[in-house]
Amino acid sequence: MSDFLMPSLGADMEDGILAKWMKKPGELVKRGDVIAEVETQKGTIEIEVFEEGRIDSLLIDEGTRVPVGTPMARIQTGVSAKEPAQLSASPPEAKEITRPAVVPFIKTAQRFKASPLARRIAAENQIDLSLISGSGTEGAITKQDVERFIDGMPQKTKDETKFTKPAATEGIRAAIAAAMSRSNREIPHYYLEKTIDMSHAMAWLQNRNRERPPAKRLLPAAMLMKAMALSLREVPQLNAIWDNGLQVKSEINVGFVIALRNGGIIVPAIAAADQKSVDDIMTALNDVIPRARALKLRSSELSDSTITMTSIGEGGSDSVFGVIYPPQVAIVGFGSISEQPYARNGMLGIHPLLKVTLAGDHRATDGLTGNRFLQILDKHLQEPELL
Amino acid sequence: MNQTEIEKIVFDILKRIAPDTEPEALKPGDSIREKLGIDSYDFLQFIVALDEQLLIAIPEEDYGKVASIGSLIDYLKARLK
Repeated sequence: MSDFLMPSLGADMEDGILAKWMKKPGELVKRGDVIAEVETQKGTIEIEVFEEGRIDSLLIDEGTRVPVGTPMARIQTGVSAKEPAQLSASPPEAKEITRPAVVPFIKTAQRFKASPLARRIAAENQIDLSLISGSGTEGAITKQDVERFIDGMPQKTKDETKFTKPAATEGIRAAIAAAMSRSNREIPHYYLEKTIDMSHAMAWLQNRNRERPPAKRLLPAAMLMKAMALSLREVPQLNAIWDNGLQVKSEINVGFVIALRNGGIIVPAIAAADQKSVDDIMTALNDVIPRARALKLRSSELSDSTITMTSIGEGGSDSVFGVIYPPQVAIVGFGSISEQPYARNGMLGIHPLLKVTLAGDHRATDGLTGNRFLQILDKHLQEPELL
Repeated sequence: MNQTEIEKIVFDILKRIAPDTEPEALKPGDSIREKLGIDSYDFLQFIVALDEQLLIAIPEEDYGKVASIGSLIDYLKARLK
């Protein structure tokens, strides 16, 4: 038997409201099945299970606000939806492992020392504990600290957070504010920029798109993501999280920054981007971008990113210097590709150029590592046919 | 298909992509992407929708010719004759 916990969907999430159970006790579930819908600051998210088994009991009523890490359901493991006979033959200890739904991000709630009462008051008022400085033992946040913080909030904000559910965009704004404030406070960023000649890459892309109907065309972002993911294989220190030390991740899940029309951004992950073809990445973007804009994402898409990519797109700013999304340790920024005079092999010509930036967490890596990443990225973009 | 009919289709698509804007208020020389705040992904969706509804697949090399609303309508008119 194992507990299914409320997952953390990012460094900024403290809790979510259980909107609807999608499974009933007695039903079989397998990895990736949607077990519930949870309302968060980032919209209504479909929460997926991460193991196979049978739902034993549901522990939380619909409509309840549930802090991250709280057991929500009990799942009888060792019962396979697909092959019951085979799975029962696996060793018993393997069945008993309780896997937190989202390992890398689950520790967020523990990062700030706080008394249980302080934690509860903060949760009730939807206050990010990371914004409060603690006056208790070893900097622990006390009830008084939280109350003082609430008193210091503008009256309007106080009333809104207490009595009304913020509109989706306000919730997203608050989530961005919390995550970016934490990033700026905790992460010593270093920045590098490299200009990359995109002549080959753009010619390759245009060639492929020429034969295709518009619905099958590739955007430069898909190609850039593949090149970035391949480069990370060679510089794995940047595909990592910082949690009392560097923890390199084996899967390369690229968080892709999507701007929302009414303001705010949302950053779903494209899983295992290094193993996908450029076409597959484009298909994934075509699937996720409309859902992200409708605030209809799945839990794994919001919690599994191991690095972030932000791309300005055509006709915009030349370069973008990102703010790292904690606990990640790097963000890659792609500026707008534009034609510029450029000298190569002693010849001046007009080339499509791209300024790529890397913001790295200086606790985790140094400029040398970041520099190597940008050089490898450049190399991959000079050989687009190998992407 | 006359100019008014083409404009209606174009404005309907733009309104769907950028619901918070008024595409009808664009002046002929206005850049569609700039004025309506349309990013690369949404612009591609716009091209896809034009292909679906008017059966005109605008090639990438012609994107420069359809940047403003006026030039886009002229481009489509020429191909729908």
